[in-house]
Amino acid sequence: MDSVETVIAQIQGLSGSVDDIIHLNAVLNQADEILQSQAQRLGPFLEQLDPSKHCLGYLYVLEAYTSSQIPKERASDIIRTIVRYINSCSAEQIRLAPEKFVSVCRRLKDQVMLLQVPIQGIAPMRTAIRKLQPSTEYLTALHPEFLLLCLLAKCYKAGLSVLEEDIFEADHPKDFFLYYYYGGMINIGHKRFHKALEFLHNAVTAPMSVLNSIAVEAYKKYILVSLIHNGQVPSFPKYTSSVAQRNLKSYTQPYIDLANGYTTGKISEIESCLETNMEKFKSDNNLGLVKQVFSSLYKRNIQRLTQTYLTLSLQDIANTVQLQNSKQAEMHVLQMIQDGEIFATINQKDGMVSFHEDPEQYKTCEMIEHIDASIQRIMTLSKKLSAIDENISCDPTYLAKAGRERQRFDIDDFDSVPQKFM
Amino acid sequence: MEAEENCSGTMIDANGIDEEEEEDESSLKRSKPITSADQMDVEAYASLYSGRTKIMRLLFIADHCENQSISLEALRMAFDEIKKGENTQLHRDILTKIDGRLGPAYSLDQAWINAVARRAEGRKDKLENELNNYKTNLIKESIRMGYNDFGDYYYAHGSLAEAFKSFARTRDYCTTSKHIIQMCLNAILVSIEMGQFMHVSSYVSKAEQTPDVLDPVIVAKLKCAAGLAHLEAKKYKLAARKFLETGPELGNSYTEVIAPQDVATYGGLCALACFDRSELKNKVIDNINFRNFLELVPEVRELINDFYASRYASCLEYLENLKANLLLDIHLYDHVETLYSQIRHKAIIQYTTPFISVDLHTMASAFKTSVAGLEKELEALITDNQIQARIDSHNKILYARHADQRNATFQRVLQTGVEFDRDVRAMLLRTSLVKHDYNLRAAARKM
Repeated sequence: MDSVETVIAQIQGLSGSVDDIIHLNAVLNQADEILQSQAQRLGPFLEQLDPSKHCLGYLYVLEAYTSSQIPKERASDIIRTIVRYINSCSAEQIRLAPEKFVSVCRRLKDQVMLLQVPIQGIAPMRTAIRKLQPSTEYLTALHPEFLLLCLLAKCYKAGLSVLEEDIFEADHPKDFFLYYYYGGMINIGHKRFHKALEFLHNAVTAPMSVLNSIAVEAYKKYILVSLIHNGQVPSFPKYTSSVAQRNLKSYTQPYIDLANGYTTGKISEIESCLETNMEKFKSDNNLGLVKQVFSSLYKRNIQRLTQTYLTLSLQDIANTVQLQNSKQAEMHVLQMIQDGEIFATINQKDGMVSFHEDPEQYKTCEMIEHIDASIQRIMTLSKKLSAIDENISCDPTYLAKAGRERQRFDIDDFDSVPQKFM
Repeated sequence: MEAEENCSGTMIDANGIDEEEEEDESSLKRSKPITSADQMDVEAYASLYSGRTKIMRLLFIADHCENQSISLEALRMAFDEIKKGENTQLHRDILTKIDGRLGPAYSLDQAWINAVARRAEGRKDKLENELNNYKTNLIKESIRMGYNDFGDYYYAHGSLAEAFKSFARTRDYCTTSKHIIQMCLNAILVSIEMGQFMHVSSYVSKAEQTPDVLDPVIVAKLKCAAGLAHLEAKKYKLAARKFLETGPELGNSYTEVIAPQDVATYGGLCALACFDRSELKNKVIDNINFRNFLELVPEVRELINDFYASRYASCLEYLENLKANLLLDIHLYDHVETLYSQIRHKAIIQYTTPFISVDLHTMASAFKTSVAGLEKELEALITDNQIQARIDSHNKILYARHADQRNATFQRVLQTGVEFDRDVRAMLLRTSLVKHDYNLRAAARKM
């Protein structure tokens, strides 16, 4: 009992200079066990500490305190405490004990989920991410938690602010997979399918030596989104891990069937596939996406017609894309014109549709700006690329390896008999 | 020869063909004004060939022809032909095919089989003795001859694989280029019979590499063999080239493999399917050598000329008439459909190229098809990007489409940018993952 008080006193004493704080971190690490054992009665001690001043100490105590069972009626109190702490803590100090901070944030997530108010967790979680990550390129363990909250609260917009930053560094594989999986789902929610594809693609092609179910789920969604967006599923790029290449297909058979049916361009094929695999799609919670795949086939078939025809009657369109009547065909064409997916005019008198070429002339200021922005973006990327290249060419392990290979090559050059034959 | 086939339609009655069948055919004929070899004259066809290929071709016709009388006729001739040779296995095979339909004269001839077998036994012993004798004396030329005799013996008795082995063995004992060429020709002959066209092309190239192959007949033979090999490998363009290069010296000297008529047909069809207009003009129509071959098969000559002169309707009609016979050709039957569809597509593409707009009604009548059917064909070709045009289905007009280079370039540039962006970012991410040995830990965690 005394010991807790001593710890609190030490916290209060050692929260001044940087050196003190580093010392305090070591002390607290040792005292962690005591804190954990006294978890139940730490509540009042928290009052004595100031989250902004005794940031590191507060973190340890808070973590120990929340590790115990929390009665439901006190959950909202805890949430408030944690949120206040997240908002006022200092970034430098929490980075000394990132695991503690992450675990506190996870508790926050658990609590808001328990109370079924995921929306309350979003803002503090974002603040937490910002404080925890050393740069925006860094993937923290909190990223997937944050995205999960966004998904549960259906606040897809909030998720985008984080998703827009490019991630280049990651710690834990599970975080990585979850981040890209959830990220893909949020983008699907926004109907930004090309972005979603990128995210799911990363999840599927990430290096792995054992297949994991996140990747399998990601691949299912990847197939569906590819169909909606491109009309076909690209084959695995060659850097995909061999485990994924070998096994993913066998786990996603109904989806592969669907993709095969889609490429034939026949509505009936997809329909039969949908019927046989209805249960599976439903249990995977992908039914909505599958339905979108379904309607995208109509669109794709109509789009194909624009390549071949200048004019075509609505009845013919209905026949070719297997719609029931010309009225439905008109609705589809109208919708697509509105969405800018095709360029056409409908002549209602004759029931004819005239297709036009893309009117974009690439002459407008907006287009120039758009191109300019693309160029800028790629230039930054290219700079980053050459920086990394430089980095790697200075890397001692790389040089050692490259040097070894070079040497062997040279010996080959001079020797009349190559080494491998000796 | 082929001209004979034309008028032979009337002669067929004399050969004992069902009256009904003939009536069907003649009613068909009335609907097609330019009728050529509608009915196949098996006898005339068979007389073009000699040796084993004659038998094989007759058997092929018997197997693939739906017309009973023709099929029986082919079987009958094949039976007679086999009797002239020494292949008892074929004799037994054909009898199961005939199945007693040709009367008692065409039944198992055990006495003949026994006689052939006895003779074969004796000959084999003699050849073996001779060969061993040569081998002990190490006379190269005689050993070669010995193996050659063995090859001929096996070939005559139908063991093709053994024959091929024997011919291939002579290779070590070839001393002059003439010997090498003989060896190659033998090997080619056997490989064609075996259907091993990989061997054919390798032996052709081997023969062509030998210095001073001057005999034009041999050169022509090699070209034919190479053409056949390319045809079987579905390399129609190369096949066309080889057949077109075949010299007129070939004459009837290679009937154990191919008749000069076939050179014209194979070469002509492959050329039509693969060559563009100028190539067609230079290499086929203005080719004096090949003209000699074409004279033998006037239909093919006519249809090539029609194609070049853009008289597609009559060209396609000729093709349609030839089709039944081509389907009975042992080498071509597999490729007829592909070649025909390629020729048809070419015709359609060629028809549309010079125009900015084409009236579909006119075009449909030029191709003897309905507007709707033509629309479907055009649609397929446009989707395949073979015709740059779009169909005005309302007014039934086809409009050529000229791609706007500038817009296309802009589009492509933006697309490439997006792809580069995406790929590089994915790559950087992966690099960093690999760098941190991420994969290893992933495995450790799961275990």
